[in-house]
Amino acid sequence: MNSLEYPFDGEYVLKKSKAIKRELLADGAKRTPKKIAVLGGSTTHDYIRILELFLLNYGIEPSFYESEYAQYYQDAMFDPDELVSFAPDLIYVHTGYRNIENLPSPGASMEEAEALLDAEFGRLEAMWEHLAGKYRCPIIQNNFEYPYYRVMGNHEAVDPSGTVRFVNRLNLKLADYGLSHVGFYVHDVNYLSASYGLDRWSDPAFWNMYKYMCSMQAIPEFAFSLSHICKAIWGLNKKAFALDLDNTLWGGIVGDDGPEGLEIGQETAVAETYAEFQEYLKKQKAIGVLLNVDSKNEEANALAGLNHPSGILRPDDFIEIRANWEPKDRNLVDIASSINIMPDAFVFVDDNPAERMIVADQVPGAAVPDIGKPEEYVRRIDKNGYFEVIGLSDDDRKRNSMYKANAERAHAQSSYADYHDYLMSLEMSAVIAPFEPTYYGRISQLTGKSNQFNLTTLRCSEADVKRFADSEDYVTLYGQLSDRFGDNGIVSLLIGHKDAEHGILHMDLWLMSCRVLKRDMEYAMLDAIIGKARDAGMTRIRGYYYPTAKNGMVREFYKTMGFTLLEGCTEWPADHLDAPEGSTIWELDVSIQREPLNTVIKV
Amino acid sequence: MTREEIYADLNDVFRDVFDDESITVNDETTSDDVEDWDSLEHINLIAAVEQQFGIKFNMGQIVTMKNVGEMVNIIEAAIK
Repeated sequence: MNSLEYPFDGEYVLKKSKAIKRELLADGAKRTPKKIAVLGGSTTHDYIRILELFLLNYGIEPSFYESEYAQYYQDAMFDPDELVSFAPDLIYVHTGYRNIENLPSPGASMEEAEALLDAEFGRLEAMWEHLAGKYRCPIIQNNFEYPYYRVMGNHEAVDPSGTVRFVNRLNLKLADYGLSHVGFYVHDVNYLSASYGLDRWSDPAFWNMYKYMCSMQAIPEFAFSLSHICKAIWGLNKKAFALDLDNTLWGGIVGDDGPEGLEIGQETAVAETYAEFQEYLKKQKAIGVLLNVDSKNEEANALAGLNHPSGILRPDDFIEIRANWEPKDRNLVDIASSINIMPDAFVFVDDNPAERMIVADQVPGAAVPDIGKPEEYVRRIDKNGYFEVIGLSDDDRKRNSMYKANAERAHAQSSYADYHDYLMSLEMSAVIAPFEPTYYGRISQLTGKSNQFNLTTLRCSEADVKRFADSEDYVTLYGQLSDRFGDNGIVSLLIGHKDAEHGILHMDLWLMSCRVLKRDMEYAMLDAIIGKARDAGMTRIRGYYYPTAKNGMVREFYKTMGFTLLEGCTEWPADHLDAPEGSTIWELDVSIQREPLNTVIKV
Repeated sequence: MTREEIYADLNDVFRDVFDDESITVNDETTSDDVEDWDSLEHINLIAAVEQQFGIKFNMGQIVTMKNVGEMVNIIEAAIK
């Protein structure tokens, strides 16, 4: 919904929240229910009211537990029945500068200030440890905004007793904690308040009258920023850009002006502005966002523009370049299918409102921001948090080269008459093993964002991953696939739980990354899980298929793997009880040794 | 701006905030007369009124105003 995308009108959102909510709920979209516990150190009512709108807009249907006024610490430490039975999917700790209990007094010594810092951090750490141990769900914690006054002026940032210095040190400790603890995420209120403007942010009247940690007008930006972390945790980030060229990546029209006539580089202010935008996109690429071109141009002209000596982006930086005269929405869908991601995972960037309208109308779910003027492009895209990072994995860093290698594989394939010969020529090898701690982050991330080749769409936090990996009752496998073009990273995950009494292994999760479709990796995984099941004394494997809007491609997956459909069977395992309409149960007899099904991947 | 014109704008604000097109307020209207007008919605209402008329209530006014009539008195004085 436009009114909930940056740049939105916060006052309109505040005033019309009820009507906006009504409109969102009336769109008939299927949303994922999530339970969020908000533990507040101040009033949280309006934060929750507005957060709900942004989450609904992301396809999440939240329900909330709200602690009594300022009871965050008591709620966190003493397990109130209501919170325990609420069983949150996410805990958000809403605290700010006013909740710091161990601030140094002016003139305090370095030793005193250090002791207070340790005391404050220790208090918070004890709370996070308790919450993580008790609820095993992700925790989002605000870091701290600066105070709105400084008795020592600039020296507050320097003096051992300075409050600005104290906040800086405390925030750094939060960041370090976040870096070393899975499932713990810092909501950067310090940046947010600076970006909003601290004087407008910290209106003492709102604190004194209503105990709101920031002014009412700042709440929509606050909730928007918080919603980015939530949707990233639940796998709803965008994955790719589809970028226009003329007057988007450079100033001018390459077909008319020629590459030499384009504004890009360091020669003029306008050229610098476009160069900075290209640099921004290049940085997005470095964190794993896939860049693609969707432009109305002759391909030769497009390439000439991208090879401009002063440009930052090169043709090699893009996975797919569609420069032709097809409608842009069709190009976008075509790019999506070539790289095997959903069209709604794209952010379409074009300076032309008419093109944006076509794509917005024809590709439901794709983000189509109004990017404004060239000097606004970066901010308008950045503030929307499309690619909010909650932890950077090696796979993120390598993603573009992996997709690029895929494009080369596709090219290689065309020179083989027989598909089996082609697969053999890839010289594939796989590592298939139980979950290992080094990969918990990547595994959780993969469960969060795989939608198409995913039988049960079970989302796992890092804490869940660790729990499954550590448990005697579970069998876990990850599959990593390499070939002569490069390493694909971890591409398949299986989680099953053992029912020793009946000798059944129940598959709680079976997913594979679509970038390795048709490589027989699924057979290699099946061989491995059969081995694991037999080792554990199981005689049958049961597979479950839960239909979603996106996983139609695996409706018959278990059938192709040789499983038999248990028609009319409704024996859902205890933790599968919310199986949706149309779910199916499949079974495979593994009591007898059989030949491996995979013949092309060396395991 | 006449008192009638202020009321016309104010009715729109109330209808937006409480999402109820049937609301009409007058001098005697209090929070008891409007469903959902509790202390939390009051914050939202005040912010929306301030935005509508481009004014800022001070803390003392927000705490002491007893009915919509008093609110309109303050608005009238502020936009003169």
